Amino acid sequence: MRVLRVGTDSLLVEVADTAAAMRVYDEARRREVKAAEVVPAARTVLFAGVADLSRLEVDLASWESEKATSRPSGSGLVVEVPTVYDGPDMESVARHWDVSTRELVDLHTSTEMVVAFCGFAPGFAYCTGLEAMRPVPRLDEPRTKVPAGSVGLADVFTGVYPSASPGGWQLIGRTDLVLWDEDREQPATLAPGSRVRFVEVSG
Amino acid sequence: MSTKLTVLDAGPLTTVQDLGRRGYAHLGVPRSGALDMAAAGYANRLVGNPPEAAVLETTLGGVSIQVSGSTMAAVTGAPASVTVDGRPRPFAEPLLLRAGETLTVGPAVSGLRSYLSFAGGVDATPVLGSRSTDTLSGLGPPRLTSGAKLELGVPVGESHGADVPVVLRYPDTARVRLVPGPRHDWFTEGVLDFLTSTSYTVSARSNRVGVRLEGPSLERRERAELPSEGLVLGAVQVPASGQPLVFLNDHPTTGGYPVVGVVAPEDLNVCAQLRPGCMLRFVLA
Repeated sequence: MRVLRVGTDSLLVEVADTAAAMRVYDEARRREVKAAEVVPAARTVLFAGVADLSRLEVDLASWESEKATSRPSGSGLVVEVPTVYDGPDMESVARHWDVSTRELVDLHTSTEMVVAFCGFAPGFAYCTGLEAMRPVPRLDEPRTKVPAGSVGLADVFTGVYPSASPGGWQLIGRTDLVLWDEDREQPATLAPGSRVRFVEVSG
Repeated sequence: MSTKLTVLDAGPLTTVQDLGRRGYAHLGVPRSGALDMAAAGYANRLVGNPPEAAVLETTLGGVSIQVSGSTMAAVTGAPASVTVDGRPRPFAEPLLLRAGETLTVGPAVSGLRSYLSFAGGVDATPVLGSRSTDTLSGLGPPRLTSGAKLELGVPVGESHGADVPVVLRYPDTARVRLVPGPRHDWFTEGVLDFLTSTSYTVSARSNRVGVRLEGPSLERRERAELPSEGLVLGAVQVPASGQPLVFLNDHPTTGGYPVVGVVAPEDLNVCAQLRPGCMLRFVLA
């Protein structure tokens, strides 16, 4: 773990991998760290607007002693994402993984995933769980418009577009689950730490 | 019945802004909010509003607003001509508007963004605790369009006279303090000396997401791709082009390019007022 100062009131905690970042984020929530924002990402957790920077720096050193290697199993009920697997990049991803499209669907639906972090757009969640598979490259030419509800793969992550936007993820399916509703108390259906399972449905 | 505003001329870009949306960055929600918080706060004080009241933020070109009932208003930030039904009125002072009158703010004389406050604040529907228009994610009220109507809230305080020195001319060259890191070591040796010994020109492609700069490119030492990481307000990110940009309130919550330094919070208001063509010089904080 490496702790970097960011500006005058923020810290960036850098760790070895996404699982470690998820553990730091979990721990930050458990300890109710006083910061305006705690933002997990692929290999970092940002603590922005921290009330007491030097105290958090000292505290973080003691967190490191809590060695763990497993990926956090997430919290709360499993969110099921009903998915029609008919995305335009199914064949391409299946070839990349050297499996049939049927096997791709089975792989994708048999894995319980956990959201590592959100980004790109409100409610866009990076779901982890397929780290054993070859990382999926982004499209060379991002699509100018990806419809809301598109289920895509990039790197080791699965994501669902909460709203229509440009995007470079390889699309394997679509869902009609609402991923983002700003009028709800919890606007994001999938938040860091959420447990997720993709379920195949027929279009 | 509450007082209504009718937008007669929305100008190039006028948005509703308040203190912004905090506590949702982990869900991918930008903080948004008034870019020049000092000017927005002052506009609110002049009409007796609390700091969290929503104001209107213009961009370079001014705005024209008709009120349905009598209300106090004030214009701060980028200096501009202020008229009520065509009569010149003072900038950065409380103004009494009567029913049916039109407040017109002209193009910014210097600086970039003027702020219009109205007693009671602009009562747009809050989204995640804020009435700010987020130009990146689209959250919050839409940008103003000609013909649009807005409601005002209920006034809660007394209007104040001018109580701080008002900036009457924003300089064309700004010195901005920079706190190094967290990724300055991703650049070639001496990057901070290099960065602080040159001047950058503010690009016309700047917006509420960030002030884009044109000038000498920063050279990377570390060629690897940076996994996306959380961004803070004022972060100076250096994309593949090597041309730095200073992130403002509508910045994305995460980014995949290294951040060489972060602008000191007290200099963000200056950054918010930099118009295209202005010069920016970094100094170490």
